[in-house]
Amino acid sequence: MKFFPLIWASLWRKKARTLLTLLSIVVAFLLFGMLQGVNSAINRGVELANVDRLITINKLSLTEPLPISYLNQINAVSGVEGVAYATWFGSYYQEPQQFVFGSPVDPELYLPLVPELQIADESVRKLTQTRTGAVVGQALMAKYDWSVGDRIPIQSSIWTKAADGTSNWEFDIVGTYTVPSDANQEQGFLFNHSYFDEARAFGNGTVGWYLIKVSDPGRAAEVARAVDALFANSSAETKTQSEKEFSQSFIKQFGDINFIVTAILGAVFFTLLFLTGNTMMQSVRERVPELAVLKTLGFSDTTVTVFVVIESLLLCLFAAVLGLGLSSLMFPAMKGVIGQATLPADVVLSGLIAAVLLALVIALIPALRTMRLSIVDALAGR
Amino acid sequence: MSETLVSLRGVTKSYTRGKETVQVLEALDLEIAAGDFLALMGPSGSGKTTLLNLIGGLDQPSGGEIAVNGERIDRLSSGKLAKWRADHVGFVFQFYNLLPVLSAQRNVELPLLLTKLSASKRKEHAQIALDIVGLKDRAKHKPNELSGGQAQRVAIARALVGDPALLVCDEPTGDLDRKTADEILTLLQELNRSHGKTIIMVTHDPKAAEYATHTLHLDKGRLVESAETAG
Repeated sequence: MKFFPLIWASLWRKKARTLLTLLSIVVAFLLFGMLQGVNSAINRGVELANVDRLITINKLSLTEPLPISYLNQINAVSGVEGVAYATWFGSYYQEPQQFVFGSPVDPELYLPLVPELQIADESVRKLTQTRTGAVVGQALMAKYDWSVGDRIPIQSSIWTKAADGTSNWEFDIVGTYTVPSDANQEQGFLFNHSYFDEARAFGNGTVGWYLIKVSDPGRAAEVARAVDALFANSSAETKTQSEKEFSQSFIKQFGDINFIVTAILGAVFFTLLFLTGNTMMQSVRERVPELAVLKTLGFSDTTVTVFVVIESLLLCLFAAVLGLGLSSLMFPAMKGVIGQATLPADVVLSGLIAAVLLALVIALIPALRTMRLSIVDALAGR
Repeated sequence: MSETLVSLRGVTKSYTRGKETVQVLEALDLEIAAGDFLALMGPSGSGKTTLLNLIGGLDQPSGGEIAVNGERIDRLSSGKLAKWRADHVGFVFQFYNLLPVLSAQRNVELPLLLTKLSASKRKEHAQIALDIVGLKDRAKHKPNELSGGQAQRVAIARALVGDPALLVCDEPTGDLDRKTADEILTLLQELNRSHGKTIIMVTHDPKAAEYATHTLHLDKGRLVESAETAG
């Protein structure tokens, strides 16, 4: 601790240069926090996926429908405790940017299979009794300032109505739901499949996917195989996966986000490594006589070398804390887009580990130079 | 007769520069008494600074023995030599070599960071050292806020603060005007006389050498002349 003022003062020897270097590292860690945070928020859905639920989709693609007649056949498979279905509505509110995760379901089949959705019995009753009724996640209600009883227009980018050929749908909000285990799932908008199926201009009698609850998670793979075998060689073959696998493949539709994030951050940190490493080398080169003086006064080679490494650690960790702190402040502003309102602790931890590694790598060459520094040569300016 | 503080026997030093080996010191024998104020003179390249570096433990001889206060420093490892320097030697350089980012006070405290003294004790010792060199009121100033003479006084205070027996000065007045140089040399003389510090000073300046009690002349790595001076 007694050496801290010396190390800190040395770090700020050239204030402008240190500040610019610090800012470049801050920006890198801001980007790290944002991208890894978003990536983590996306993957969180995968991690929270239920182990006793399977998803059955069309083998060709998630966008290809399945006949609703499969329901009873799936229900008859041994090990299946319950089956429900849902369809991707592809909806938005007022502006295409304002996504609404709408999904037509049969409430009596669907809701018992998703017990994590906390919904009042009265709301379920109203939903089944109201043809255009919808129950909406609490977060989505708050996002658009909706209230129970509101009649709201929702546009679908996929489904048009048979009656008027438009994609303007109207719903009556009859209740809300919460998901105490994960508030991010409160973005959903569930409404009656019967209304959707009757009103849509095409695709009647089909659903997007089936949700299957298995009686024993240990038999999930066996049940999945049995379901797919049922529809083998049919016009709509199926692909049944665990909910986790489904979530992962769903995310991959948008690209391998993990790879993209890693590639971007890899490029940023690789550049940073050279930039900061060069600055650090320059800084040590300029201070060769001062380092030699410290050695002259009796500071050992190791002690002076450790000073250089600590300088690097201070710079990188300080910048990382600032960058991650800034990204943490920006997350609430992105709540509407990614749903995740806080920077995950594992991202903060991996950021700090990255900062330490960065510091050690950029300090390596200057530290070796310091270690080998000959007092006599350095003082003579050789 | 004073006790011998520094003893050199058959000391040689050579450097390899590229393919060439340069012999800087040749079979040098020397004894320096405790409490002496020795001026080392000689033309450029005569080996003065090399000799000073060897006595101060900044470099190791190619051959021979160097003992300071009875301890063979030519046998010490790099780490032990660093510790020995911290405990026994104070250094004063031509260009002061103060750390520009630290105040005078902090510069003087530097050698004490290697001791077990508390922060308050370190501060106290540094203030005493600055007081000895007449710069107590400049404690908070950084080197670039001090004149050359003041900066050299701070460097002397830094050399003194650990109370070493030996002060090693390499052209301490080489960067100063005559008047300031005389002030610095008077200060060194005072440290030698009143505080009993043994001082070895490399200088080109015959007037500076007059402040010393002895003068040694080197030429081509050999001692060629020894004289007592008025100082």
